[in-house]
Amino acid sequence: MLEVTGLRVAYGGIQAVKSITFHVREGERVALIGANGAGKTSTLKAIARVLDAAGGDVHCAGQDITCLPPHEVLGSGIALVPEGRGVFPRLNVLGNLLMGAYIRNDKAAIAADLEQVYGHFPRLKEREKQLAGTLSGGEQQMLAIGRALMGRPRLLLLDEPSMGLAPLMVQKIFEVIRTVASQGITILLVEQNARLALEVSQRAYVMESGRIIHTGPAHELLVDPRVRAAYLGE
Amino acid sequence: MDTFLQQLINGLVQGSIYALVALGYTMVYGIMGLINFAHGEVVMIGTMVAITVIGMLTNLGVPVGLAAVLALLAAMLVCMALGWSLERIAYRPLRHAPRLTPLITAIGMSIVLQNLAMIIWSRNYLIFPRIIEKTSHEIGGAYFSNVQVLIVLLAVASMAGLLLLIYRTRLGMAMRAASQNPQVARLMGVNVDRVIAAAFIIGSAMGALAGFMVGSYYEVAHYQMGFMLGLKAFTAAVLGGIGNLAGAMAGGLLLGIIEALGAGYIGDLTGGFLGSHYQDIFAFVVLIVVLMFRPSGLFGEQTGERA
Repeated sequence: MLEVTGLRVAYGGIQAVKSITFHVREGERVALIGANGAGKTSTLKAIARVLDAAGGDVHCAGQDITCLPPHEVLGSGIALVPEGRGVFPRLNVLGNLLMGAYIRNDKAAIAADLEQVYGHFPRLKEREKQLAGTLSGGEQQMLAIGRALMGRPRLLLLDEPSMGLAPLMVQKIFEVIRTVASQGITILLVEQNARLALEVSQRAYVMESGRIIHTGPAHELLVDPRVRAAYLGE
Repeated sequence: MDTFLQQLINGLVQGSIYALVALGYTMVYGIMGLINFAHGEVVMIGTMVAITVIGMLTNLGVPVGLAAVLALLAAMLVCMALGWSLERIAYRPLRHAPRLTPLITAIGMSIVLQNLAMIIWSRNYLIFPRIIEKTSHEIGGAYFSNVQVLIVLLAVASMAGLLLLIYRTRLGMAMRAASQNPQVARLMGVNVDRVIAAAFIIGSAMGALAGFMVGSYYEVAHYQMGFMLGLKAFTAAVLGGIGNLAGAMAGGLLLGIIEALGAGYIGDLTGGFLGSHYQDIFAFVVLIVVLMFRPSGLFGEQTGERA
């Protein structure tokens, strides 16, 4: 589904991502874990074309998307839920969700998907007419995920979905991530909360200082002494 | 004659024109954070094109009413092309430059367009042909003309049209999203470059309409007329809260009325020391006061985020 080869990302002269290679198979749930500043977010941003790659290439479903114009990324099947949610603060909840379906023109299917998103997050339905900027952090995260789903992506990139949220809210969000994955959407998840990420994923890559230093099935990494020491706080 | 009512009417007319021009400033600012100082010159070119086209068509024997309509359309088309070209040639290459750079470029484009207009239309004052027979009407001791009524109605209609476009169409939705968060709008599949171009084109079309109105209201045009008009409209946009559409409309009307009342009473207030030709003072006093006490404008966001 996603093939990343030798990807590099640089800010000015500083290399945030130093030639990383990894892949995500169709229908898989994969996590990128690592400390703050390891290059996880930069990696997602480069895949979604928010940032230009300094080198390497990215293929999605066989298509080379390394140099795709940013507004065509969603059309190629990739949706990013950005770090910090990025809701449109002065559009209401419904407006944000409809923006997620901006590239589609199949009205009936959009309405059906809207109901499905409201099924995942009944809270959004209750707040349908409320401006997104006035929602709580957790509600904004629900909205950001719901909005991404409205674009019917095949690959969903999630950047720190648990950041700044109360534990109950985190639980709710990750439940939905599981549900979405079970419906066949491929997931690539970036998280600082490594335990959470490993629990929801099948495989994971561990990043440190812009490199992938470790990889394996999530259940093995969960019990790996090095990972436990460095990222699980034990 | 009732000075207050009379100046209110005059201010409403002038304010409608400010509002139309202010919308051009505010739309572009809302989406890309740029104050397009060349916008006043786009308005001036709209007036000039209208004069030229009316002159040409009436010389060919076209009835003046039809010639005026065609001239308005021509002015709008020319200004739309001009606005699009400005964005494409002057601003798009600077998309990632520091904010001061496009601002200076905008001032540069303003000078270029003024000089271009001077070369094409000369340094002289040009007469804007009279397109309808002016009639005068009285209400409560004040007078208004059919031209004034037309200006206000046309302005209201085009502002309503703009609001429909922004709040009821797919392009409008993309424009609102892009103005709130361009990066995320791109993730949703919005071609932000196109949205910016659309803002320039729509703003310029409204500017052309304003130029046509100014011309037919004052019946005179000059290659420097866009400068002061642009500054006033910019003030109106700031007064309403730059980046905010309703703010630009309200700011324009309010500024027009403040200015007209100021001009009406300045003689009395200063014991005849200052006359009504000092009316420009009021716009800039308003600008200074707004910037001092409420820099985000009457309708501006208080959150610190860009509109």
